[in-house]
Order: sequence, then C-alpha cells, then structure tokens
Amino acid sequence: MNTALQKVDQRKAHITLRVNGEEVEVSFAPYKTLLEVLREELDLTGTKHGCELGECGACAVLVDGEPLLSCLKLALECDGASIETVEGLAEGPELHPLQAAFSDHGGSQCGYCTPGVLMTAKGLLDREPNPSRERIKEALSGNLCRCTGYQQIVDSVADAARTLRERGVKA
Amino acid sequence: MMRLPWFQYQRPASVAEAARMLAAEGPRGMLIAGGTDLLPNMKRRQQTPATLISLSRVEGLKKITNGSGLTLGAGLTLTEVVGTGAVREKYRGLWQAAAQVASPHLRNMGTLGGNLCLDTRCNYYNQNEEWREAIGYCMKKEGKTCWVATASKRCLAVSSTDTAPALIALDAKVRLVSAAGERELALASLYNNDGINYITRKPDEILTEVVLPQLDGWSSTYWKLRRRGSFDFPLLGVAAAARMAPDGSVLEARVVLGAVSSQPLPLAKASEFLVGKKLNDEVIAEAGVLAASRAKPMDNTDLDVYWRKEVVPSFVGYALREIRGDDMRAMRMRISRQAL
Ligand SMILES: Cc1cc2nc3c(=O)[nH]c(=O)nc-3n(C[C@H](O)[C@H](O)[C@H](O)COP(=O)(O)OP(=O)(O)OC[C@H]3O[C@@H](n4cnc5c(N)ncnc54)[C@H](O)[C@@H]3O)c2cc1C
Ligand code: SF4
Ligand code: FES
Ligand code: FES
Repeated sequence: MNTALQKVDQRKAHITLRVNGEEVEVSFAPYKTLLEVLREELDLTGTKHGCELGECGACAVLVDGEPLLSCLKLALECDGASIETVEGLAEGPELHPLQAAFSDHGGSQCGYCTPGVLMTAKGLLDREPNPSRERIKEALSGNLCRCTGYQQIVDSVADAARTLRERGVKA
Repeated sequence: MMRLPWFQYQRPASVAEAARMLAAEGPRGMLIAGGTDLLPNMKRRQQTPATLISLSRVEGLKKITNGSGLTLGAGLTLTEVVGTGAVREKYRGLWQAAAQVASPHLRNMGTLGGNLCLDTRCNYYNQNEEWREAIGYCMKKEGKTCWVATASKRCLAVSSTDTAPALIALDAKVRLVSAAGERELALASLYNNDGINYITRKPDEILTEVVLPQLDGWSSTYWKLRRRGSFDFPLLGVAAAARMAPDGSVLEARVVLGAVSSQPLPLAKASEFLVGKKLNDEVIAEAGVLAASRAKPMDNTDLDVYWRKEVVPSFVGYALREIRGDDMRAMRMRISRQAL
C-alpha cells in the first residue's frame, strides 16, 4: 500500500527545532508528524495522541506561539520552528500557574486531554491576558474532554489568567 | 498509531517553481497547504500521492490586496482571514463562514485555498483502510459500487467547504496558475456536481488568489447546521448576499447552499424570486420553500437525512432575516454557539 520511495536520500529527514527553549537536531522518517517526532524521537511523551485525525485536540502544542495539532503537522514543515510542549511548563518543582489552577479546580481528571488543553490555554493567555469566559470556551472548543464536563477547565483557565495578571508575567 | 504512507517531499519557494514541480510530477503529485484535509485522508489511505509539493514556503500566497474589491492569497490561514478587518466589515458572509470552519487549532493551520479545494466527504469514504476494505471499497476509491445509492452512476459524496458557498454568494473569482499559464474563473465554475470529479481545477493548477468584487450596498451572511456547538463539518450551509434599494426592496440577490450536493449549489430560482420584493415574512417563507426543493441531502453524513431537508427553509429564513436587518444574535448563539 505504501508508495515505494524512489530516492534513498529521502529515507531520513533532518531538521533543527527549538523545543521548550532548547535547540535540538533530529533525524526521522519523513512521513512522521510532529506528534510522532516529539514522542518517538525526542521521548517527550507528555503530548498525547488521541484520534490522530484532528478531531480531539489531545496533541495540541504551540508552534511559534500558536496552538496547532501536532498529529496533522508534518515534522518536516517545522524546520527552524519553536515548539512548546507541556514538559516546558513547570520550572523545576514549581508548577506553572495554569497547572496549579488545574490542580486546584479539578480541571484535570484522567488527564489525557490535559496537555493539549494546557498548551491551548497558554497560547490564549500569551496573547490575551484577560479573556472572558466565552472567549476561553471558544479558544478551547477544539479540545475534547470526556471527564470534567468542561466547567472546571474554564474555571481553571480563568483563575490562572488572574494569577498571571497579578504577577504581571507572560503565561 | 495511524501513520502516513511514504512520500517524497518538495518545498518550492515560488508559485512558478511549485507549478513546474506539479507539472513534472503529473497525477503522482499533490499540493499540501495546511494539510488538515489531505493528511487525515492520507492516514486513511483515501489519497496516496507519491509526492507532496508543499506551499508552506511559497512567496506571495499570503498577500491581501485592498483595491476596488479585496484580493485574498490562497495561503492565508482561516484564522488570518477571520482576522482581516476588510473581510469582517465588507464581506461578512465570508467572515462568518471562515469563523465556523473546524476548530481554532485547525483554523490556525488550514488555508483558504485548501478549504476551496477540500475533498468531498462521505460516511463510506472517510473511514480507515480496513473499514473500507471490509465493504469492498466504493466508487470514489478503488471500488465499483456507491453504497449510498447502489444504482447511482456517480459518486454522491458531499461538498463540505464552508467558505465556498459564502464566496460564491459574494461573486468571488479565483486565479489558477500552472506552468502553461494562468486563468481567472468564477468560483461557482470551479465545481462539478460529482463526488469524484468535484473540482474543475486541472491537476497541474495552483489556486493562488481569491478575488472579491467591490460590493457597495450589499449585505451578506452565512448560516451553518452542524451537530455540535463546538465544531463539525457542515450538514447544511446557507449563504446569502443581497443589495437593497432604500425602500427595502431587493435589487440583486444570490443564495447558495452548501453540504446538500457534491458542489456548492447556487439557487438561481430562489435568488431571482427575491428581486423586486421586500423581505417580508411571506417572501422569506416562499424563498425557503424554493430553496428546499433544490436541496438533495444524502444519507451519507451526520443527522437524519429527512430532517436535514426539512430545516432548509428555516435556515434560509435565518439568513434572509439577518440580511433584512433583524437582530439574529440570540438565534445565532442557539445554533452555532458562536457570537458572529
Ligand atoms: C476535525 C476536522 C474538522 C473539520 N471541519 C471543517 C469544517 O467544519 N468546515 C470546513 O470547511 N472544513 C473543515 N475541515 C477541513 C479542513 O480543515 C479545512 O477545509 C481547511 O481549510 C483545509 O485547508 P488546508 O490548507 O489544511 O488544506 P490541505 O489539506 O493542505 O489541502 C486540501 C486539498 O486542497 C488542495 N490544495 C490546497 N491548497 C491548494 C492550492 N493553493 N491550490 C490548489 N489546490 C490546493 C490539496 O492538494 C488537497 O487536495 C475539518 C478538518 C478536520 C480534520
Ligand atoms: S457517495 Fe458513494 S461512491 Fe461516493 S464516497 Fe460515498 S459510497 Fe463512495
Ligand atoms: S490526536 Fe491530534 S487532534 Fe486528536
Ligand atoms: S480529564 Fe479525562 S479527558 Fe479530560
């Protein structure tokens, strides 16, 4: 079924990425998505694979600051890009305000959707420090959660936004 | 893991270079823009191009030109289209349609050009390889039978783009460039009512621009039926645009339906019927009935097919009432859960 590869030199792709602030070089089979490269080549398994078809948001990461679905992004197209994943949120033992708020408000239950939700929320708060509840819901409308019922997620993001504004720092 | 098949990858820097590569690859090659339609299809082996020609680094596909009308580069993401002031203010139907495509993440990735060239959809086709193999595939890919209508000689897969009906109502044109030359055509002529040969774009052509005319005195709108409030492909789209005389009578109108056929469906009769009339409730109701007579939803997407046909007049009604100037915000919120 797979189309035979014609050129041997295309069996491995090679790119440079900035992942959570650190420059990395990575080689991979060219058909791999950013999700596969993060999880399988870089061992960053915090980013989850759910549907792998763009329908659930579990794989959301920030690419150059924008929330994207890593399951539908060719890693090849990320050459030179800056990627932020859930692993980059906490600073040492110190939780990121979003993580702390999710823990306080029950924004995470089984946790499978949580990395995608956190990164999508970070993408929102980096740009809009003071979003309305409606705006939070809209920004997270591509992230499915089968556990929480969503209200706790919206509460968590709103609370984290408040904390971040009080501290006067970027999410 | 549902993995992509092997492919060769080329990344041209200009439209001319991309056109040369596309011509050289012939039917083995496909363009990839945001990849949000093509990559799921490739994972499910519905489409298996040997070579992907990426538009991601092509110069000039993100241009926005504000002249007598508005020209939008095909490489603009839907988020960028929604964020364009001129779209929001002057071409509201397009703004509302683009804002309802998929989810925020997908709008950050998916492009306007990709949305216009979107593959047609069907419950028997948008399935993984094993599933399709188990039913002996279907006419659209590798099989012989259409499972939606076994006597049908053509594939009935559904045109599911939200922006195309809106842009056709706004009388948009598209520019297509190939190694052999370029042409501009009315967007309505880009489509065929055939689920397989749904697009008249030649395999070696690149859609580079969407050209909107200056539309002084026009209002436009887009209404979408989908299962969930969050995001889903359209089960019905109603796009309408009209120019009204100071007394409120319609001077020109265009109504277009989406997701009820293999192409966006311009409704000539319903549109002509509106001309010269004021948009009172009776006129709107009659236009709705005329529209419903043309809609042929098939039982190959979501929700009950009879109900989907029955709600056509209601959705045409919402669109025409918004054009008339009614405050439709509460209804909009109920239906799309988005303030548009
Ligand atoms: C979960 C999910 C939900 C979705 N919901 C919706 C929805 O509600 N409404 C909707 O309309 N769409 C929806 N989509 C489809 C898709 O995300 C959008 O249509 C998007 O705009 C496609 O653009 P793209 O750039 O990603 O296209 P791609 O996947 O890159 O390309 C799509 C097709 O167009 C061709 N193409 C791309 N650019 C050009 C060009 N410039 N010239 C010629 N051919 C070109 C490609 O070869 C391919 O055949 C959804 C997708 C997913 C995964
Ligand atoms: S409409 Fe028929 S031929 Fe077309 S994709 Fe569906 S089952 Fe296949
Ligand atoms: S895994 Fe990417 S959207 Fe579901
Ligand atoms: S916490 Fe379980 S899916 Fe969201």
